[in-house]
Amino acid sequence: MAKVELTSNPFIKRTLKSRWPQLAVFIVMLAGYLFAIVAGLVGTPVGSRNFSIVFVWIAWWAILILVAVPFFGRGWCAVCPIPLPGEWLQRGAVLTPPDKKPKWLNRRWPKAFRNIWLQNISFLLLALFSSVLLTTPSITGIVLAAMFFAAIGLSAVFERRAFCRYLCPVGGFIGLYSQTAPIELRIKDKQVCAACEGKPCYNGSIDGYGCPWDVFPGGLTKNSYCGLCMECLRTCPHDNIAVNVRPFSADLAKPSARMDEAFKAFIMLGSAMIYAGVLLGPWSALKDAAYNVGTNAWFIYVALFLAIIFVVMPALFALCVARFEKFTLFKKRFATLSTALIPLGLMFWVAFSLSFVLTNASYILASLSDPLGLGWNLFGTANAIWQPMLTSILAPGQSLALVGGLIWSARTAQKAANEAQTLSIPVIVYCFIATVVMLWLLV
Amino acid sequence: MRSRFSLLLLVMAGLVVAFAPLPVQPIAHQERTFRVEAHQFAYSPSELKVNPGDRVTIRLVSMDVVHGLYIDGYGISVEADPGQTATITFVADKPGSFRFRCNVTCGAMHPFMIGKFTVGTNNWLYRSMGFVLLAVVGITAQIKQKS
Repeated sequence: MAKVELTSNPFIKRTLKSRWPQLAVFIVMLAGYLFAIVAGLVGTPVGSRNFSIVFVWIAWWAILILVAVPFFGRGWCAVCPIPLPGEWLQRGAVLTPPDKKPKWLNRRWPKAFRNIWLQNISFLLLALFSSVLLTTPSITGIVLAAMFFAAIGLSAVFERRAFCRYLCPVGGFIGLYSQTAPIELRIKDKQVCAACEGKPCYNGSIDGYGCPWDVFPGGLTKNSYCGLCMECLRTCPHDNIAVNVRPFSADLAKPSARMDEAFKAFIMLGSAMIYAGVLLGPWSALKDAAYNVGTNAWFIYVALFLAIIFVVMPALFALCVARFEKFTLFKKRFATLSTALIPLGLMFWVAFSLSFVLTNASYILASLSDPLGLGWNLFGTANAIWQPMLTSILAPGQSLALVGGLIWSARTAQKAANEAQTLSIPVIVYCFIATVVMLWLLV
Repeated sequence: MRSRFSLLLLVMAGLVVAFAPLPVQPIAHQERTFRVEAHQFAYSPSELKVNPGDRVTIRLVSMDVVHGLYIDGYGISVEADPGQTATITFVADKPGSFRFRCNVTCGAMHPFMIGKFTVGTNNWLYRSMGFVLLAVVGITAQIKQKS
């Protein structure tokens, strides 16, 4: 399938270039986000009756993992409200660039942290407390507020969207899985970028801001770090930016050899499997351990969680791909071949989320009418009865997602193995074993 | 020609995995009674296994707050007040593996208060594993052919 340039359509291009549609969505999202914080902090402590839990961990999560990430990559980042206030302060404007910029510190992000290790850590921090986070409105409210103020703080100290690019726990995995999405923002002609003076797409101009994600669009080869904010579409004086529809997982044909991204793949794959066992399994001891933060059982759970993700899964993978060679070569091959885990991990999350979301989606109606659990009935749906949805297609849907994920991963493994000049079969066997375990946990 | 034959073989194997009847041993239908204790946020026992056609009675005993027990796929439920026992009886006429879960909000981890109810063999699991195996064999064969 060839690429189709969406921005060749004048209406789509005009809509994407205009700041108003994006601002309208931003304002709705920001209002929803702030309300989720308030609901979490002052609403009912009953999670299934509180807007913060129901709309963040059921509605938003379902849209994010089942639709936004697989089909639009970083589409969520394009409308995410978290960096907005910080960015407005940093820019001294809400829409077009002002004549005079406010004097914030505007520092460069430290070189040692220009990777996604901090995002790996921030995701793991949330993951280790997830049983409490997913079920306790006040904790969800605190975490949402912390992310909001962290983004503002970082915008005051560092240039561009430092929080989104280097710290956001969600942005890390969206970036990883956005490589599989059938949408991309790319330049049309490299020569045009090479000859362009001033590089307004990166440095900004009167038409718009320099890339908030600290990316030079002329060098974009994958979706991971492009937040689809459309600033470069606005600033490019040569009409050299395109938004394309493309085949799924086009970015994975040229695998990355970075260890931070490789470990992101392990973290996501391992977390999906652990969640499937702990949250959706019948083993009460695991649930108790995950929920009772600070107890001995919780510390054992944390140790096991980290051991599975950082030791067991990477070590088994290393055994699959190891050869007698220099360590640097091994590291490169390890990271390159771990690309195969990206589609597998995404489909593991889809399968896990299907169960969680379909079972709990009916809470959305009740929460819509009574978001704080105060006895309101705004839309007459406050007493909507809990009812799992589509349970008859759940197991077939999960099986389809997992089998499809394995085939997708195997194809990716073949491409990655060609790149690394090695065999793909050990990686396929690894993915096969992981899929069988996930099937056993879910189906 | 060879690759077409391989593809045809794979498709046929896929159809066998999807639709071939699995061997079933004829077992006389029984009356099965389970006492299931519910407490925040677990069932004990949390895994129930019966044979297809069994008449199943679940006596749900709530050990702390109000709990429920809803069986996915069967769409039936029962609720028990604290310290009380509630009973539900049904015929396990749908084979497979189903989650059962609390359907009365009982506390923070309520959405994850889950057990497993298995009727006969979990055909979906075995057929899915068959597909997974078939996918790996097919892809490996394709790689071998290319090399």
